[in-house]
Amino acid sequence: MMVRYHLLRLWREFKGEILVLPGRSILFFGAVTLFLLPLASSHPYLLRVVSLACIFAIFAASWDLLSGFVGQLNLGHALFFGVAAYTSGLLNLHLGWPPLVTIPLGAVAAVLTGLAVGIPCLRLKGPYLSLATLAFPVILMGLILMFTEFTGGELGVPGLDRLAPTRLHEYYVVATCAVVFILLIWKVTDSKLGIIFHAIREDEVAARASGINTPMYKILAFCLSGLFAGLAGGLYAHFMRIAGPSTLSMLTSFQVIIWTIFGGIATVHGAVVGVFILFPAVEVLRVAPEFRMLGYAVLIILVLRFMPEGVAPWVTDRLERECPRCKEHNAFTRRDCRVCGTPLRVPLARGVPVRGEGVGAGGRGGAVAG
Amino acid sequence: MVGDILVNTLINTGVYAMLAVGFSLMFGVARLINLAHTAFYMLAGYSIFFFITRMGLPWLPSVLLSILIVVVVAVVSYKALIDPMRERETTVLILTIALALVLQEVMLILFGGYFRSVPSALSGYSTILGVRVTNQYLLTLGVVAVTLVAVWLLLMRTKLGLAIRATAQDREIANVMGMCDSRTATVTVAIAAALAGVAGAVVAPLYILEPRIWLPPLTIVLAIAVLGGLGSLKGSLLGAVIIALSESLVVFLVPQGSFFKGAFSLGVMILVLLIRPEGLYGVAFEEER
Repeated sequence: MMVRYHLLRLWREFKGEILVLPGRSILFFGAVTLFLLPLASSHPYLLRVVSLACIFAIFAASWDLLSGFVGQLNLGHALFFGVAAYTSGLLNLHLGWPPLVTIPLGAVAAVLTGLAVGIPCLRLKGPYLSLATLAFPVILMGLILMFTEFTGGELGVPGLDRLAPTRLHEYYVVATCAVVFILLIWKVTDSKLGIIFHAIREDEVAARASGINTPMYKILAFCLSGLFAGLAGGLYAHFMRIAGPSTLSMLTSFQVIIWTIFGGIATVHGAVVGVFILFPAVEVLRVAPEFRMLGYAVLIILVLRFMPEGVAPWVTDRLERECPRCKEHNAFTRRDCRVCGTPLRVPLARGVPVRGEGVGAGGRGGAVAG
Repeated sequence: MVGDILVNTLINTGVYAMLAVGFSLMFGVARLINLAHTAFYMLAGYSIFFFITRMGLPWLPSVLLSILIVVVVAVVSYKALIDPMRERETTVLILTIALALVLQEVMLILFGGYFRSVPSALSGYSTILGVRVTNQYLLTLGVVAVTLVAVWLLLMRTKLGLAIRATAQDREIANVMGMCDSRTATVTVAIAAALAGVAGAVVAPLYILEPRIWLPPLTIVLAIAVLGGLGSLKGSLLGAVIIALSESLVVFLVPQGSFFKGAFSLGVMILVLLIRPEGLYGVAFEEER
């Protein structure tokens, strides 16, 4: 009886929270597909691409947490990724510790890096902050190329332990990590902390005036973001079995920005969507190797030209409608709000239906003030 | 040694100053962090390569043509891509990255990933302070000096320059005072691109040309612009001197220093920012809402 009651409650929650909104349903079924994918095809190349996409999804979501939600536009996010990758790699190679230990330790190193970067950057604002953060991975890269005997220089730290004995096991490890970590990031942004982050981004002075210790929360954001980026970096190092200087390169930093903004900034799921569209797209574009990057760049330019908020908010705008009275979201098929019953489509005098304000509208893109 | 450092510093200062002044102006007036700025410099290098070695044009017309090409590309992409998006600064940011990637890939497709070199306009060398300096270097220095003075005069002595400076200081008030800020922004983008074009054109014979050469100077230019204070001309010049000097010092005094020069100059930038968060000559930003 008890089991049945709880199952029923779970189903009702599931129906009421996820199935009612098309956007959430798509994400949910996407996550389910992620776990069922190996049943359909266990082609090693496919698994590899999806696994990497999962790792980068964590990475992109962590960037979104710092830059999208708190508005601390970080142009050097590869720093956290690279520090964690190198820490896990060196610990694994020299001390022989298993990935289960080295990845969390790498993440701890990334958190400490977040502290080291976050505290001096507290005084900087807007573009100064972005451009200062851009410098840190380049400096670290310079150090790595200087002390070649310890870091392997251009070649990196090769020959690390695998995450799991087989490709399939690795896939499931990475996919589970991705789902769990991304849910955690989403939970952070959905909590009181997330509201504070939003407040800091929208108006830091007002947030301070309301008694929010903004420097502390900014450092917290740097650390949290570093934590998740570090976890992604450690996973990446063990998945690729090498921690190389490419993890620190400027293009890695730019990639994560491209993915997140392409998918939709300050949404968490947007970052994930961006990675899962663009990362496989680059692989598909391998059919024409010489036009690959060109196609990628043109794709980004075209999509952003017509969906400036990013793909995910654009799609939710089409599929969902905000109730004008209680601000709850509703599926586009509904005639009245599922919570308060307000009619959603009030015909105007000339019979033009009114659309609710979009999800993505209002200040999301303007995360950083010049 | 001292002579080497001085001459090297002087040349790098000139090139960096041209790039950084353009970048800084573009930020000041159009509120645009243009990560494609050094890609324009690469584009200029390739077009001059094309005109000289493929079309057989003499040096001066090829330089002028390549500057023209760079300006046209910059203004068209600004008007078509960046300007409609100017309210969304993060979107603009990655649009400029994508633009740089497009330029890089187009060059890769057109010219291949080989290392190219552009023939010098002048041959031979002179000896200054006991250092052998090729005449191409001297020409570069001359062009840089003339260009920078011209920009300085344009900004300080003309009505257009006044409009540009006013818009950089406060866009809204400038608009209220009757300066069309979108037109000023477009003109500024053109000037900045032309500066990048000149830099690319005079530097192309000194360095090796390759589609990815835009990335290393990008960090340096960002460092200089930030160090000097975004939007400030004086700051960019001073920043260029500081960064070029510290680079030359590291390269000549530290063993294997050339690996470390980018990291060192960025370290200098961060030090300066820690002391002065808005750069050396940066104006504390007015609240823009």
